[in-house]
Amino acid sequence: MENFGLLLDGFQIALTPSHIAIMVVGVLLGLVVGVLPGLGAPNGVSLLIPLTFSMEPVSAIILLASMYWGALFGGSTTSILFNIPGEPSSVATTFDGYPMARDGQATRALTLAFMSAGIGALVGVIVITLLSSWAAEFALRFGAPEYFAVYFLAFCAFIGMGSAAPAKTAVSLLLGLALSSVGMDTITGSLRLTFGISELIGGISFLVVVIGLFGIGEILITIQHGLKFRGVSSRVDLRDVFRTIAELPRYYATLIRSCLVGTWMGITPGGPTAASFMSYGIARQWSRRGKPFGTGRPEGIIAPETADHSAGTCAMLPMLALGVPSSATAAVMMGGLMIWGLTPGPMLFTTKPDFVWGLIASMYVANIVGVILVLATVPMFAALLRIPFAIIGPMIVAVCFVGAYTVSSATFDLWLVLAFGIVGYVFNKLQYPIAPLVLAMVLGHKAENAFHQSMIMSDGSVLVFWSNPLVGSIITLALALVAVPQLVRFATRLRRTEVDEPLVK
Amino acid sequence: MLHKTKIILAAAITLLSTAAAYAEWKPERPVEFVVASGAGGGTDNFARTIQAIITKHDLMDQPIVVLNKGSGSGAEAFIYAKGNAGDPHKLIFATNNVYLLPHVAKLAYTSQDLEPIAALALDEFLIWVKADSEYKDAKSFIDAAKANPGQVPFGGSQSKDTDETLVALIEQETGADFKYVPFNGGGEVGVQLAGGHVAANVNNPNENLGQWQGGAIRPLCVFSPERMAGGEPVQGDMGWDDIPTCAEAGLPIESYQMPRTVWAPAGLPQDALAFYSDLLKKVTETPEWKEYVAKTSQTGRFLAGAEFKDFIGKSEENALKVFKAEGWLVQ
Repeated sequence: MENFGLLLDGFQIALTPSHIAIMVVGVLLGLVVGVLPGLGAPNGVSLLIPLTFSMEPVSAIILLASMYWGALFGGSTTSILFNIPGEPSSVATTFDGYPMARDGQATRALTLAFMSAGIGALVGVIVITLLSSWAAEFALRFGAPEYFAVYFLAFCAFIGMGSAAPAKTAVSLLLGLALSSVGMDTITGSLRLTFGISELIGGISFLVVVIGLFGIGEILITIQHGLKFRGVSSRVDLRDVFRTIAELPRYYATLIRSCLVGTWMGITPGGPTAASFMSYGIARQWSRRGKPFGTGRPEGIIAPETADHSAGTCAMLPMLALGVPSSATAAVMMGGLMIWGLTPGPMLFTTKPDFVWGLIASMYVANIVGVILVLATVPMFAALLRIPFAIIGPMIVAVCFVGAYTVSSATFDLWLVLAFGIVGYVFNKLQYPIAPLVLAMVLGHKAENAFHQSMIMSDGSVLVFWSNPLVGSIITLALALVAVPQLVRFATRLRRTEVDEPLVK
Repeated sequence: MLHKTKIILAAAITLLSTAAAYAEWKPERPVEFVVASGAGGGTDNFARTIQAIITKHDLMDQPIVVLNKGSGSGAEAFIYAKGNAGDPHKLIFATNNVYLLPHVAKLAYTSQDLEPIAALALDEFLIWVKADSEYKDAKSFIDAAKANPGQVPFGGSQSKDTDETLVALIEQETGADFKYVPFNGGGEVGVQLAGGHVAANVNNPNENLGQWQGGAIRPLCVFSPERMAGGEPVQGDMGWDDIPTCAEAGLPIESYQMPRTVWAPAGLPQDALAFYSDLLKKVTETPEWKEYVAKTSQTGRFLAGAEFKDFIGKSEENALKVFKAEGWLVQ
């Protein structure tokens, strides 16, 4: 319990009035950059870094980390209200969050998202506190085959039992894989699918695609369904927030499961985006009753949000202990660490315990501060939906394009947004699922690299994926996730023909 | 008649204003620092350190905007420079990738599209192995690779980039045969080595410092003509200056260093070039710069003008030999 003593020391650093003030400022700034996709967390954090030069390193990291938490909350807000994911990891939140908000329950959707995000983050910090020394060791055991196994697991967990037609899922998935391979390949250094267009050398940005598919696609559908010049009549009441909090314990199973998925994906190098998709997929597989997922199921919001934040928090550990950034924002923060004269790595925990444990303690406090702050803003954000479409529609279009432009300041991306907006519309009309495409774009390239590296190391033998208990069990679990539901379905059908009576009464 | 006067007048004004500008060129708009790497990488820290120094010492009147254009191993930034030919308000921060990349990948720019301004530092390369590995020195490591051709996995950052070029150079000079495995960046390769998934890597000092401090990995030799600058011991009683040069360790490679370079889009006015070269020279004279160089264990060396062009010529020639032998050249 040595960690516990260190954590208490950390709280002494984190709980000073000036540091709490820094957290409030950081979370609010983060919320602003998260809600305006025009900025985004990595840009927001890098804008702040020069300001931190004169600060103590621990105050500086508390400011940047708080801003990061705020931006994560903000990203979920736009996903739910406008179907525009502000961060890659909040894409899965749109699946059920947006339909629920459209139903006039924006307050409920936002509160569910924020509360489960807060719970996920707290669980993540607790895991960091308890396992810091072990987890860093564990992450070192991940070589290329293990990386591939983790991505493969995320794929299988999400794809396992989709509701759409299998052929359509396959089309969407393969299109996503093709899109993810555009650009310069890390392993061979050659250019693929660029057709001589210089703008494609860097590949197609995932965020640009998502903004097009979801944001613009949704606008096109709304317009076709008849322009409604009224806003959604959403009730806006602070009491609704408390009522929603009271209903949370009902979903304890989803919460616990999503926390497990999230911490697992955070400690292994899967990352928050993969975690949110995987958690959503598993929640969908486990649900037996009620209306289908994708129509505003509370579990469909709780699962990805909890997993996203617990993974995002846990992923701070590999960054500090090994020097591997888990996201673009983490990479910027790591750059900051170096400018302040700290070297991320195994020694950081022993040489700068004040810094590390001050940061960990601040994660507890900042997340609680964050949840309280964002819950207070829920009614305000929910009221945005009351604004008539004629006003908010053009604003969303503008926000989509500005957001896509700032990803890499390229005008070419604006055309991509438009093109993918049309793709999103067509997919929706023909009832092709978009999620497999998005997942394939996020993980496709990483999984391909890890696979390729494994093949180089093993001289082309697939047996490398069963070469040790760790990688073998992950791969086997992944295959089981795909196979078992199919077998169950097959068995059910057999029994049905034998007994000749429906299973569900 | 009136028309003619107008033209002459216009010409005169243009001439005058050019002459005035020639006297002392200064940026009139905010200057863009275009970084040919993602946020948080070595090149990014290089650019942001310079930005911080210029701002702190008030070396320039105009503000600085940092833009990361790192995709395609930095090609994005160089193509951006080509698209902004003649613009004196954009600086590109890179390594030797500016002039090496077009040889190994078919890209929509050549090194003629960028004008070299200066190199500010040289980053070193070392051979690193896991702390508990059987290789005691560079020689035993090379011998192991010779004994098991194609079986010793050598990790590196990216493909056909500086790391793989160095590994290929080692192979050509010693006759050893490694299994090169490319990863996304130096940090990732460092962790892969600490976890024992590869046998060695050739990371820059800064990329592996944390792991060395933690006692997970250790250096075998440095590809530099002389030993690195000393300082406090990093791990145990071993410091940077205790690492033998690779030539000392019996590896026939005198030097392999990566310059930290600054470029501008081709066709910018000569006086603008002089202004920036002067500005960067001033940056290297500040205590903050010296601290940065020491902290990242690079070798501070300011190269500009003909000296810099000579350096580029030599470095390009050496790399081309390796590329040709490996069959990487694209036409």
